[in-house]
Amino acid sequence: MSKIVLTNVDKFYGKNHVLKDLNLTIEDGDFMTLLGPSGCGKTTTLRVVSGLEKPQNGFIYMDGKEMVNATEAYFAPPSKRNLNLVFQSYALWPHMTVYDNVAFGLKIRKEANDVIEKKVASALERMQIGEYAKRYPTELSGGQQQRVAIARAIVSEPRLLLLDEPLSNLDAKLRVDMRAELKRLHHETGTTIIYVTHDQVEALTMSTKIALFRKGELVQVAPPLELYDNPCNLYTADFIGNPSINFVKGTATVDAAGMTTESSVGQITFERADMTPDVPQNGKLDVTLGIRPEQLSITRTPDDLHRIEGHVYSGMPAGSETLVTVRVGGDMLTVKELGSTHYNSDETVYLGFNPKKINVFDTNTENLIKYCV
Amino acid sequence: MKQHEQNYSRSRRLKNQIKAVVTNPYNVIVLIAIILLAYLIVLPLLDMLATTFQLSQRDLRATGGTMEDVGKFTFYYWQRLLASDLSWNLLVKPLLNSLTIGFGVSVCAIALGSCLAWLMVRSDLPFKPFFSLAVIIPYMIPSWVKSQAWLSMFKTPRVGGAPGFVASMMMNAGISNEVIERILSPIAYGRIAIIIVLTLHYYAYTYLLVSAALNSINSELEEMGEIQGASKTLILRKITLPLVLPAMLSAVILTFSKAIGTFGTINYLGAPVSFRTLSSELYSNSKSQNTQTAFAMAILMICIASLSVFINQKLIGTRKSYATVGGKGGRSTPIGLAGWKPIITVILFIFFIVGIIMPVVILIIESCMLKEGTYSLSNFTLYYWIGEGDPNIMEGVPGIFKNGNFKLSLWNSLKLTFVNGVFGTIFGQMLGYICAKGRGKFHGRLVEQLVFIPYLIPSVAFGGIYLSMFSKPQSLFGVELIPALYGTFALLTLTSVVKHLPFASRAGTSNMLQISGELEEAATIEGAGFFKRFVKIVFPLSKGGFISGFMLIFVSIMKELDLIILIMTPKTSTLPYLAFQYQNQNCPQASNCVAIVMFSIVFLVYALANIFGDADLAKSMAG
Repeated sequence: MSKIVLTNVDKFYGKNHVLKDLNLTIEDGDFMTLLGPSGCGKTTTLRVVSGLEKPQNGFIYMDGKEMVNATEAYFAPPSKRNLNLVFQSYALWPHMTVYDNVAFGLKIRKEANDVIEKKVASALERMQIGEYAKRYPTELSGGQQQRVAIARAIVSEPRLLLLDEPLSNLDAKLRVDMRAELKRLHHETGTTIIYVTHDQVEALTMSTKIALFRKGELVQVAPPLELYDNPCNLYTADFIGNPSINFVKGTATVDAAGMTTESSVGQITFERADMTPDVPQNGKLDVTLGIRPEQLSITRTPDDLHRIEGHVYSGMPAGSETLVTVRVGGDMLTVKELGSTHYNSDETVYLGFNPKKINVFDTNTENLIKYCV
Repeated sequence: MKQHEQNYSRSRRLKNQIKAVVTNPYNVIVLIAIILLAYLIVLPLLDMLATTFQLSQRDLRATGGTMEDVGKFTFYYWQRLLASDLSWNLLVKPLLNSLTIGFGVSVCAIALGSCLAWLMVRSDLPFKPFFSLAVIIPYMIPSWVKSQAWLSMFKTPRVGGAPGFVASMMMNAGISNEVIERILSPIAYGRIAIIIVLTLHYYAYTYLLVSAALNSINSELEEMGEIQGASKTLILRKITLPLVLPAMLSAVILTFSKAIGTFGTINYLGAPVSFRTLSSELYSNSKSQNTQTAFAMAILMICIASLSVFINQKLIGTRKSYATVGGKGGRSTPIGLAGWKPIITVILFIFFIVGIIMPVVILIIESCMLKEGTYSLSNFTLYYWIGEGDPNIMEGVPGIFKNGNFKLSLWNSLKLTFVNGVFGTIFGQMLGYICAKGRGKFHGRLVEQLVFIPYLIPSVAFGGIYLSMFSKPQSLFGVELIPALYGTFALLTLTSVVKHLPFASRAGTSNMLQISGELEEAATIEGAGFFKRFVKIVFPLSKGGFISGFMLIFVSIMKELDLIILIMTPKTSTLPYLAFQYQNQNCPQASNCVAIVMFSIVFLVYALANIFGDADLAKSMAG
């Protein structure tokens, strides 16, 4: 079990400032996902935690013990940090059998032979690859190699497990299976896990907390549903969710009672209680409404709940759900409807949503000013 | 934050920094490597430069100085070389000869090597397994052996000894000596002969480099061109050629710098008509103790070689990474030669028979002839192989297998190649590891540059520098580090290892680059230290590269003549040197015997390494 604290961590590659004053706390037993587009610094963060990279500034503590103190040039070697890492490429040693790959670390630690055998067998069993112990990595499928890599990482029972995009080399179906398995692994071992991915579905389904990165900076750290419901700014809102959130530009008037917005989806009034501290006390401002596709409902005839007229741009039935792109004024809105319905192009439809459930952002600061409740 | 600032301690920071540097074996190894390279490469170079500005005792009379002027700073040697009445003969003429040889050989060798590489890799040529072996053989026959074969073929009656094969045929046909002389002499000796012989030798470099580059090109790139409607020649010109251009340009510097630095062939084929180049001038100046002039020439040659590298790098620019454009699988569909197939096949067969098989056969035949140039059955003998020592033949020197000199040389050669192969490979792989891990970092670049320097120094000059430097004991602050090495095996080894470092470390770098850094990092995470990682991960994964690296060094040292010719003493003589001596004593048959033995060893080692080690010469060359 392990609590990790990163304080003021800076990492440069030459002149390239990769991590910018990073502050992140990972609680004991967390499944923390570092999420962001490629090149945002998430893998670098992982490597800094692992000890493979030395940050230029900052401190890292594990369970209160100092692991990195950049000002004093102190960096604990990776092996002293009681952690293990699964690489994106798996990095299995091609000249060793599955057994030897998994047993390597234990042999380095000079554990007794019978202990090694027992531990390796149990790790392989847990990953359901006991029968492949004598094979070489090249004789295994991608999914099996993945399991070997994880077995190698958990065999020493590390307090912290680092996973660097472990599922990105697997095919779509296998990826879903492995997700469930990793979540189960986290549950059974109780190990703290730091997981790097650019796949938001992985992040949302598996983690207890998500840290969203942008260009070497942390944007938001929150549990998955909170991140989804109340993204702190436009960047997070846009990054999280598939299909993406709909943005509708508009203007707003704020007063003591709340806020009224004017946009292509009509006039909407929000209560003061739902506002975030970032909203001004009163006055006018440009806003962006954030409406998740599943919050929009669609009908062919107008009624009290469906007043917004639009024209179908394209309809995409996918069996369990239907995605419909609707042109409303100058905006394009994606609607997600359960079940499969066929819409003709240019057909007139009517949309509606519950104003309580949508987000509103300040267009200028890009910050959230109205919660979804 | 406050609390962290309080913790800050300058002394602890310093202690941690020092500890991090000292306890990391990688840093220590890099440091040792840099010190050694500086001592073995930079220092000799500076020493050589300084020597050219110091007056030596033997030139006192010419400069009108007294004994006190010995060792004083002087421009005498440079002035004599660059701006005196002697300049034309001493420098300009040999320089022009060197350059024409360099350019001629580069152009011919690149053209020949590239064509062969393309035919072997990309076309549907028949008998590929045979051709691809045959095409490598020239690399294993030293250029001076080829010169010997060339002489056996074309030697004219004028130059001492018996005429060559062609000349005897012509004499039998009743053509007068003068006519023969007029027809054969331009072919037998001088510029054209040297260019042909060296081309037949150095095309192998181009072939190896270009075929490696061609192999790495995914044929889908060419197929895409075909889909766009480009003709075969257009594809070749617009797609294939630009992709292998970097490899071809590397082959150009390799060939050019080797061709201007070579000495053996010039001595064999140039000497009879007084055709001299910088390298042969350098050798004769060195031999006659004109060290300063020789070194000044060496510096000029280094400048030429550096210039060629510089131009090459300007030309390649950022394109260097082309060769790694692999794409998936690298599937390769051969291109049909259609109607040209039989013609090309026949031409190739003729080429191999004339250019490769015939020299070997001539050498073998000649080694069994009592008198050169007399082609009758009664003239055949095995005397030069197993003769007991007849006072009428070769002044009583017995055949090579009964000859103590030969046995000593064979033993020396084997010892030298083996020791060099082992040390050279280990150092090469270690330096390769440093270059690969330090890519883009200062220390990596520094090591890469240092290791590259011996490549620019002509072999003869390199031998000369080491001879002059290590003939006297080397000491530092009054402590004797290395005793005088003159005439020792150690000096031979040291010279060969250092001179071959550029190749060895290149092979090492390309070998190490194939091992993904993550494989090592995974072991770091598991707690494996530097040495454990090297033994358990890096070494097992790079075994193949170790073997090809070993082979590369073995083959090139076994046939090495230029490099060690100045260092040789009777005690340390090797096979190439023995052959060289026999040739100079006008015993070409004995010389041929030695050359054949040497070639057989090289071929055998190559075959063994190929069969058991899965090693590939081309792989380790294409760094």
